Amino acid sequence: MTATPHPHDYPDVALRAEALESLLLEKGLIDPKVVDGLIARYQNDVGPMNGAKVVAKAWTDPEYKARLMANGTEAIKEFGFTGPQGEHIEVIENTPDVHNVVVCTLCSCYPWPVLGLPPSWYKDPAYRARIVREPRKVLSEMGLDLAEDVAIKVWDSSSEVRYFVLPERPANTEGLDEEQLAAIVTRDAMVGVAKVSGP
Amino acid sequence: MTDLLADIPADGPAAPPRANGELLFEKPWESQIFGVTMALYAQQVFAWSEFQAALIVAVKRWEDIHPDGAGYRYYERWYEALESLLDSRGVVGVDLVDRRAGEFASRPVGHDHDHDHHH
Repeated sequence: MTATPHPHDYPDVALRAEALESLLLEKGLIDPKVVDGLIARYQNDVGPMNGAKVVAKAWTDPEYKARLMANGTEAIKEFGFTGPQGEHIEVIENTPDVHNVVVCTLCSCYPWPVLGLPPSWYKDPAYRARIVREPRKVLSEMGLDLAEDVAIKVWDSSSEVRYFVLPERPANTEGLDEEQLAAIVTRDAMVGVAKVSGP
Repeated sequence: MTDLLADIPADGPAAPPRANGELLFEKPWESQIFGVTMALYAQQVFAWSEFQAALIVAVKRWEDIHPDGAGYRYYERWYEALESLLDSRGVVGVDLVDRRAGEFASRPVGHDHDHDHHH
């Protein structure tokens, strides 16, 4: 009896993926139009601009912020942002004393409804292992130098909880409205590998 | 498993890039298998937690035999997770995938098997 082959033993995963898709099509389990629509949705419509709106509202509306901190998933749903990987979102707030950064060491869990699909560096084994072990060094390599007296907390997302960072609102943004604030919030700031800089 | 990837250089190809805006998918088949997975999930062929458990197994399996992390391809692990989940659930057996992939591999050279068309 031979062991079940695994895809990595084959040089062409693309070919196996195509084979599997053709079998699923024959079984009527997938509809190409639906598949295309889902790809387009995640490439175009779901992304960090969603999370930026959530952050901007939290910065400008204390009551919304309280709801967001109490139950991330429910408060995010107020914007209509739902779906897989959005079931248990916990929001963690950066302060002048504590900087939060998110990883998923086991696979690449990520709060899709607010951030879209993860960037390649988030999925990389190097980021996943090193951000836990030497967060200050990795953040510095990614361009974020934090003062020694700022504590860094690393949050390991899992299938149970996905973390989402509420960045600090930059100084000199008092005159900006919610929409203008959303425009300056970046994906990296909501993962915690950057800060939001002013306009 | 302690000190996994301790020797990954900070500025080598495995170092996290500093810029935003990279592509979500590197190859057409990656976006395709992503869409297929989401379509199967939408049809409730499996629960999301089941797919995630399979993905964690596939990632760990790869990392156990590639402790330096070099050559990691997220969507290859994603594919492996989907294939094994569908096999274990009796939806599509691995043997069928083997056979179909073998047929595709013997197609004439030059056959376009990128997913920029549908049947």
